[in-house]
Amino acid sequence: MTATDTPIDNGVNVEALLGVRDALPETPDMAQFQWRATCSWVKGTHSRSDVNTFYGFGGEQEHKSTFSYDADHPLAFAAEDHGSTPVEYVLVALGSCLTAGVASVAQQRQIQLRSVHATIEAEMDLHGILGADPDVRNGFSGIKVTYKIDADATPDEIKALVAQSQKRSAVFDIVANPTNIAVEVN
Amino acid sequence: MPTVTTVVIGAGHCGLAMSRCLADRSIDHVVLERGEVANSWRTERWDSLRLLTPNWLTRLPGYSYSGDDPDGYLSAPEVVRLIDDYATVTDAPVRTSTTVTSVQQSDGGYLVHTDQGSWQARSVVLASGACNLAHVPAVQEAVPAGIIMLNPMTYRTPDRLPDGGVLVVGASSSGIQIADEVHRSGRPVTLAVGEHVRMPRVYRDRDILWWMEASGLLDERIEEMPDIVRARSLPSMQLVGSPDRATIDLNVLTGMGVTLVGRLAAIRDGQAQFSGSLLNVCALADLKLGRLLDTIDAWASHAGLNGGAAPERFAPTELPASPPLTLDLRNGQIHTIIWATGFRPDLSWLDVPVLNRKGQVIHDRGVTRSAGLYLIGMPFLRRRKSSLIDGAGPDAQELTAHLAGHLDAPA
Repeated sequence: MTATDTPIDNGVNVEALLGVRDALPETPDMAQFQWRATCSWVKGTHSRSDVNTFYGFGGEQEHKSTFSYDADHPLAFAAEDHGSTPVEYVLVALGSCLTAGVASVAQQRQIQLRSVHATIEAEMDLHGILGADPDVRNGFSGIKVTYKIDADATPDEIKALVAQSQKRSAVFDIVANPTNIAVEVN
Repeated sequence: MPTVTTVVIGAGHCGLAMSRCLADRSIDHVVLERGEVANSWRTERWDSLRLLTPNWLTRLPGYSYSGDDPDGYLSAPEVVRLIDDYATVTDAPVRTSTTVTSVQQSDGGYLVHTDQGSWQARSVVLASGACNLAHVPAVQEAVPAGIIMLNPMTYRTPDRLPDGGVLVVGASSSGIQIADEVHRSGRPVTLAVGEHVRMPRVYRDRDILWWMEASGLLDERIEEMPDIVRARSLPSMQLVGSPDRATIDLNVLTGMGVTLVGRLAAIRDGQAQFSGSLLNVCALADLKLGRLLDTIDAWASHAGLNGGAAPERFAPTELPASPPLTLDLRNGQIHTIIWATGFRPDLSWLDVPVLNRKGQVIHDRGVTRSAGLYLIGMPFLRRRKSSLIDGAGPDAQELTAHLAGHLDAPA
């Protein structure tokens, strides 16, 4: 990284995050979070999901406003294409989680970012979800993320940023590792 | 009840280094040992294990190696002899076969109960070690019946394993050494790899630990570290102390035919599931090794050590494009699982309120918040080399100085 008179500012308040981490040993319950979304069927494969409240830091929390997401399938699937497919939301989640991590780690390591751009690509064999071949899984057979980063840092420092971001990423962990899922009907 | 100024719990290299430093200050003490001197090296090591540090680096207060193989690595029986000899020459007041059953605050000091009677002491040093229990993750409960499970404390030699495949979980120092010798024995090994610290045994014709010592890395202090939690939880270095000074890294194991998979994440319906993070943990380790070698080369250049072998960089860890994500534990392919997933101290007898919610001792460089209670022998306790034999001396000297100050302070 380069010495500079301008303070490094990627717009991430690392001090606040580290303050939370330092407070956790005294108040581990503060770290217990619950994330929530609701999803309602609209028509066909079109659904709308809302995100508003979550639990954390020892109490109920709320976003500034309710965020809504339309999910559907493309015309080629004989659907009306009112929104991204659910699997594309997974790519959005992975890319945005890793990119938030890149910015945070860069701030912590005093690396000024100028631009960060990720392309997220996932391979899938439709035989799986169509039930056409029991040997093919429903999900992705692999995911590839390609970063283009312009920053005041050496190529190895930039690679280390991206590696550390993966190490600390919630979505990377969720996608890379098994998670128990309970789906109930009330 | 006998009284003594200081009770040291554990007669391994740390407890004996502490004893030597206490004796230097004429602080009367006893060293309580559940078994014999160097007990864990006698009873909890696999047959081929050698010390990971070269002989010249095997130093204790008042002792340094004087044999004819300074670059060699001691075998476990040789380590036992070394520590035994050290106890003899320092005339350490060791009470063997004395198991501590509890330590409590009492009367401004501590009451130490053992199966051989109790002691009242003004201060206590916990030197019972960082590796008393093999840590095995909860996922072990889902291992199908019939598969033999071992850990580095119960594993002895490949010949005692059944024929057939072996899953080694963990690729730090123990895991890579065991994977190497088990695979060589003709039992095909699958190695589950999480975060690890890649390390060449020899760099530019010298032991990597020579470079780390000479450049000051081993003496780096915990207070200089930007992230103490991270520094203290770093996995052990991928090193082996073999007579041929071989490097065992993941590329060497792949070359032998070992199958690399990601961290073991779950076992469901008899299927082991591995993390998709293998590429990243290898990238992290390769980058970290690169930074270490950059530091060493910069130091060598600054120190004028430009003769000898030139700087080199090692090939990145090679991985298949799509490492396997599952392994069937029911089809007869895997007969044994060896959990090389780390160790924990056993302080179940410590009844002093100095433990955090995870049962770890809260301390500042070995000084606990309970006056007169000290801890030694933990990773990065005071400096990077705190977990090496060579780190025991300086840590013991500093803790003894603190302890002496405590004894001198008005009650």
